[in-house]
Amino acid sequence: MQLNREELLKAYQGMCLIREFDDAVHYEFAADAMPGFVHLYVGEEASAMGICMNLNEKDTIASTHRGHGHCIAKGCDVTDMMKELYGKKDGICGGKGGSMHIADLSKGMLGANGIVGGGPPIVLGAALTYKTKKTNNVSVGFFGDGASNQGSISESMNMAAVLKLPAIFVCEDNGYAESTASEYAVGGKILDRGKAFGLDSHEVDGDNFFEVYEISKHVIENARNGKGPALLHIKTSKVYGHFEGDAISYRTKEENERIKNDEDPLKIFKMKVTEAGLLELEQLEKIESEAKSRIKTAIDESKKAEFPTSKDLLTDVYIKY
Amino acid sequence: MSLKTYREAINEALLQEMQKDENVVVIGEDVAGGAGTNGEQDAWGGVLGVTKGLLKHFGRERIIDTPITETAIMGMASGAALTGLRPVAELMFVDFMGVCFDQILNQTAKFRYMFGGKAVTPLTIRTMYGGGLRAASQHSQCLYPMFTHVPGIKVVLPSNPYDAKGLLIQSIRDNDPVIFMEHKNLYDTSGEVPDESYSIPFGEANFTREGKDITFIAMGQTVDICNKVADTLKKEGKTATVLDLRTLSPLDEDSILEAAEETGKIVIVDESYPRCNIATDISALICQKSFDCLKAGIKMVSPPHTPVPFSPPLEDLYLPSEEKVLNVAKEIL
Repeated sequence: MQLNREELLKAYQGMCLIREFDDAVHYEFAADAMPGFVHLYVGEEASAMGICMNLNEKDTIASTHRGHGHCIAKGCDVTDMMKELYGKKDGICGGKGGSMHIADLSKGMLGANGIVGGGPPIVLGAALTYKTKKTNNVSVGFFGDGASNQGSISESMNMAAVLKLPAIFVCEDNGYAESTASEYAVGGKILDRGKAFGLDSHEVDGDNFFEVYEISKHVIENARNGKGPALLHIKTSKVYGHFEGDAISYRTKEENERIKNDEDPLKIFKMKVTEAGLLELEQLEKIESEAKSRIKTAIDESKKAEFPTSKDLLTDVYIKY
Repeated sequence: MSLKTYREAINEALLQEMQKDENVVVIGEDVAGGAGTNGEQDAWGGVLGVTKGLLKHFGRERIIDTPITETAIMGMASGAALTGLRPVAELMFVDFMGVCFDQILNQTAKFRYMFGGKAVTPLTIRTMYGGGLRAASQHSQCLYPMFTHVPGIKVVLPSNPYDAKGLLIQSIRDNDPVIFMEHKNLYDTSGEVPDESYSIPFGEANFTREGKDITFIAMGQTVDICNKVADTLKKEGKTATVLDLRTLSPLDEDSILEAAEETGKIVIVDESYPRCNIATDISALICQKSFDCLKAGIKMVSPPHTPVPFSPPLEDLYLPSEEKVLNVAKEIL
């Protein structure tokens, strides 16, 4: 295991923050306290953290509609994010984006995305910038098993291969595209699609932070060194439904229980590090309670924050018009 | 100053901006041509030769030939603009926007607003539009009303070589996403174009004729049609104002209303499909803001509500022409 104590703590802090953020949003949304609609990342935390811990601040990512975890893993401020979810003026996008459009360019977060398969073509551009300017940065495009069937994903993998771009494509396969099983909707194998375009392609256990971290480290370092793009097919599962309010009637009780009990990346991480004697239970529990309290503060501040006004309606469309 | 074609003016604008700013890159299908072949490396320079010759100055790192993959081209250009390059992406025919519009409509156009004013996306999309080349329904459309409809992008329609160079330079330097639309019938037209670099600001329409009997409002290729009709009318003792809109977004509303009020008789000539097009938009604007100046109903010359036909006699019947514009003008003169 290459991670030192500090890095292990950072990994668990990040995963706990994602967990607490989206668990809190789950309850707030159910209580009708939040506008719009939200898609939660609970159960997939190891993917975002395992990958983003291999990125620096100048590397970029493009995310999906299920983007809170990626944003937090890339360093976006949780209070600013929460304010955005409540539609507040001081939100990370001034209340103009909401859950599906969170972006913070200063952190290399190029945007969540309301369009399934919308992000990877944008990642090509960031990767082209790095290649043109010879900066050794990489750009990572997340998408789901549903998006894997969009033409934009195939086009992006092909373009990245043709131009040998430092782009990493990450398919987070949580088994369902909305209410439809990926086993039904995906012809052939997602992994084979990457191989078909000549990408260095790997299947990854998304419940295991360490596996995500190690494999993504390998492909990201290769991309930095001019060895071209890669595809990670991350097998994961989400605790909640497609969106909040989804009754998840397409999953069985047994499956729901299995996801919660046996496929929880936080539990698995905790077990591994304590069994190996790398971190102490007490330390981990402290991190959990710190995350809880940070998110509680974020919600309290967000509820108190001001909404945008009519003055904000017409701004930010163009730089000059 | 020397005589240059519309094609040469565009090429010169690209050359000069690429020399000035190393962040400018050209991205598209066959923009050089010959990639991966044993033959000529600047084989096409764009399907109609507009980018020919740039490769020898800037190499394949900045003149980037792509696969035929428009969604990836538009996404790549947008992402590159968002992260520090100043790309000029070529969409070979505007009709192909059908396979990649999401990257413009839902991504690039909205970055700045959705992200709360933090995004800067200096992207130029050059594309070819319009009928007359017997190119049929999938290679002859205008579609500029669709882009004008979308907040967050700017739409530019140069009508002559001088404007083509100045407006393209402005498009490249502009920090908002711009769709720069080149009418394929204009590439071989010539005009005086300064050799040095210059830019023409957006949102400033151009009066190409000044008169007092009738006003023509035109854009892109229809400017030439209206100028010729104005010259014909002059021989018959009637003078016409012709307003070249130059940019559809932003739209120079002040000049439109001024041109309308000069004569009170207005003909708008727009080559795009007739429903919800630029002519109907401008007609509504004049009715809302200068209704009292009208001495006759506003006339619009646009094609019928059909796809663009292939057969030459049918396409001739379809497109706006000098004869059609003259006949419509005479109805209200």
